[in-house]
Amino acid sequence: MDITRLTAIELGKKIKSKEVGVVEAIKASLEKIEKYEQEFNCYVTIDKEGALKRGEEIQKLIDEGTLDSPLAGVPVAIKDNICTKGLRTTCSSKILSNFKPTYNAEAVINLEKAGAVIIGKTNMDEFAMGSTTETSAFGETKNPWNKEHVPGGSSGGSCAAVALEECFYALGSDTGGSIRQPSSFCGVVGIKPTYGTVSRYGLIAYGSSLDQIGPIARSVEDCANILEIISSFDVKDSTSIKREEYDFTSALVDDVKGMKIGIPTDYFKEGIDEEVKKAILKAAKTLEEKGAIVEEFELGLVDYAIYAYYVIASAEASSNLARFDGVKYGYRTKDYENLNDMYKRTRSEGFGTEVKRRIMLGSFVLSSGYYDAYYLKALKVKALIKEEFNKAFKKYDVILGPVAPTTAPKLGESLSDPIKMYLGDIYTVSINLAGLPAISVPCGIDSKGLPIGLQLIGDCFKEKNIIRAAYAYEKTRPYIRPTINI
Amino acid sequence: MSKQYETVIGLEIHVELATKTKIFCSCSTEFGGKPNTHTCPVCTGMPGSLPVLNKQVVEYAIAVGLATNCEITQYCKFDRKNYFYPDNPQNYQISQLYLPICRNGGIEIDTPSGKKTIGIREIHMEEDAGKLIHDEWEECSLVDFNRSGVPLIEIVSKPDMRSAEEVIAYVDKLRLIIQYLGASDCKLQEGSMRVDVNLSVRELGSKEFGTRTEMKNLNSYKAIARAIEAEKNRQIELLEEGKEVIQETRRWDDNKETSYSMRSKEDAHDYRYFPEPDLVPIVISDEWIENIRKRQPELREEKLKRYKEQFNIPDYDAKILTSSKKIADIFEATTAICNKPKKVSNWLMGETMRLMKEEGIEAEELSFSPENLAKLIELVEEGAINNSVAKEVFEIIFKEDIDPKKYVEEKGLKIVKDEGLLIKTIKEVIEENPKSVEDYRGGKKKAIGFLVGQTMKKMKGKADPSMINKILKELL
Repeated sequence: MDITRLTAIELGKKIKSKEVGVVEAIKASLEKIEKYEQEFNCYVTIDKEGALKRGEEIQKLIDEGTLDSPLAGVPVAIKDNICTKGLRTTCSSKILSNFKPTYNAEAVINLEKAGAVIIGKTNMDEFAMGSTTETSAFGETKNPWNKEHVPGGSSGGSCAAVALEECFYALGSDTGGSIRQPSSFCGVVGIKPTYGTVSRYGLIAYGSSLDQIGPIARSVEDCANILEIISSFDVKDSTSIKREEYDFTSALVDDVKGMKIGIPTDYFKEGIDEEVKKAILKAAKTLEEKGAIVEEFELGLVDYAIYAYYVIASAEASSNLARFDGVKYGYRTKDYENLNDMYKRTRSEGFGTEVKRRIMLGSFVLSSGYYDAYYLKALKVKALIKEEFNKAFKKYDVILGPVAPTTAPKLGESLSDPIKMYLGDIYTVSINLAGLPAISVPCGIDSKGLPIGLQLIGDCFKEKNIIRAAYAYEKTRPYIRPTINI
Repeated sequence: MSKQYETVIGLEIHVELATKTKIFCSCSTEFGGKPNTHTCPVCTGMPGSLPVLNKQVVEYAIAVGLATNCEITQYCKFDRKNYFYPDNPQNYQISQLYLPICRNGGIEIDTPSGKKTIGIREIHMEEDAGKLIHDEWEECSLVDFNRSGVPLIEIVSKPDMRSAEEVIAYVDKLRLIIQYLGASDCKLQEGSMRVDVNLSVRELGSKEFGTRTEMKNLNSYKAIARAIEAEKNRQIELLEEGKEVIQETRRWDDNKETSYSMRSKEDAHDYRYFPEPDLVPIVISDEWIENIRKRQPELREEKLKRYKEQFNIPDYDAKILTSSKKIADIFEATTAICNKPKKVSNWLMGETMRLMKEEGIEAEELSFSPENLAKLIELVEEGAINNSVAKEVFEIIFKEDIDPKKYVEEKGLKIVKDEGLLIKTIKEVIEENPKSVEDYRGGKKKAIGFLVGQTMKKMKGKADPSMINKILKELL
């Protein structure tokens, strides 16, 4: 048996039944990492010693019977913008290349309570800005399905590590599609929860009003279980919401009879790849055959989402990233004349091109004389988009569509044309603007051999609807592993 | 000066609120800790940390707003003010621009020409910055984040003041209101109240405002008054010379009694304000406002009225007693124990004020307890000690807050009631001072004073002077 092929829940069960030891599972993951890291570069930091030590402790607790979470002892990888106490957290940026937090993110605290073993920190687009994981200061991550392609981003390291079975599941963060799009490109499952469901405390902010942490795994069942563990009402995060319930796993039933599913016709107009379109519509058909009521509708305002998103996210980012100044922690330039010179050199040397582009864009849209025309207008568009979704969710339980207009592009193709890269976020960013939950599930493979992702969108706090639909769909199509060529 | 000028002044006053913890984290606000000991990831701007609003800050801001007749903004928000400076760990300050918590208020001040209302444009909540310490020896700067995140309110007046006197009257009134509310100790010297003066001049009768400057670093009423006078003269001089006043921020140097330019309008930051996404809007219900209104303590005007009515204290005295919340508190607590308001008032207005002046301390720093003052008053009333002894004892109470009963007992300062001893002593004094006795008998009635004094000296001050007087007259 190759342990690493198990889903997180399957491994959890085997650990509990003593078929597999915690340290054994960690060693299996580390072996995979050893085998693939050189080639695919999914991790920024691998905590071999820490993981093995923690594994022994967890094994003891399980043996004593004090730890009975379904994921106790299961190795996890954490995106490198989520703070881990004592473990380097870089946001894949030079400016934080030496930063070790003195605290854990709330989501990490929740995972650790459940007996998770952190195996390492995964690569990402610098400060989560990018859709390819190519903007990392630690080199790009490669797509497990084809090394010449990107894994998507910004949680590309997390998704590729899950697809490569270098870990059993991972945490990502999603500001405009950063969990769903790389999940789609890597053929794994990822959930972006309702805004306020998972605490943002300890998540290094990109766009504060849009950021959410979420699970990435190889099955819908895993994702629902992980989400149940990491979700919590946290007084340390003022935008955290006290939900009526934190149960997601009860939605893991293979039944969509009577579920109303809407397909926005606006999603299929132009720019979408024919093969992607076909795969999505086929998935819709499958759900219909299982008893769901599927119909097409006009969503509206689809074209405006990207512009509103880049204004709002960049504005917030320009302020959120101001704290990285070389004064308190992180990288500081070697030679400088005075304070302003230190600021300038530190930030010029510490940030990459894409980050600088968004800081400049954000600073511009917030500057006096432009605030009303850009930022305020973008906020209005955001409110209108939410209205459109509200209308749709009066009629439908779930909205179905693609995650991205294409499958993973080739390495190097995107950065030369940032506008084109931004336009690839058309189906994901509006979900963050509206604060909605959405899941990405594999639904096909194109003629290039790259996976296609299906996006199921729910109303606020209705994760259970999308989990149920995704679970029922997944039952019709078993998980496909990439064929890995080194 | 050929033309007549009018000075137009508006104030921006920062007040540190008296909360136990900071505005966005649970660190202590205590002043004077070792550098960077009252800090956490939030108030040092660590990555991933998030602010959580301290509700007490909102309550204090509403209380001050209500006491200054402001409208309370029932849906209010925080905004980020972006600028780079090392004392500002996030490189943005969480403040309020678009929807400040209080708006459109004002308070009445007394001026030589009668009552006048000074408008308050707004009061907003914000966080304080850390402190930079420049180390000249090492040629570096050090940052102490203990003050970072201490809650502030900024009270912005309308440009309604016309003289230094009006400014002082307004600041003093505001200071008392805030002190009475318990929202801050408002110490100018220590910086828990910081007054920035916006000043312009214009020809008398003109409707247009002149170009204004903003004056910072004013640490006392005297400094405020001097700075206003100097800035007014500087601006008038410029205009008289046909020059222009430049819009700028200036720093007052009270030792040199002059100001210098800190930065001009051209250097002004574009703060790129936008709504703080890490905090949710604050919704203030009618009920919440009413609860705070009900809990508002008695403010100075009400106290003044009550002292006159309830305790029959003259207007002048009542004003002095209420001129500081601390003194009013001592007055009320002491009166509650001994029930002698007039005597308490006399001790506070006389000896207390004298010693405060002598020691150079503020009312807020008074440390003696009402219990001990009440005991002292009772000792005098019982005739156990005389007035001059009482004054000596009070000085020790003032400094060390001792129990006067114990002290008088231990030091043997009680009046000697033994009439036999007194008669014996007076007889000795008469024998030893034949000259004075002769003078008295010869009609120089004043000579008796000397004899009383001599007797008192022999009794080591522990006698009742009226008793000495009586016995002396009998014996002579």
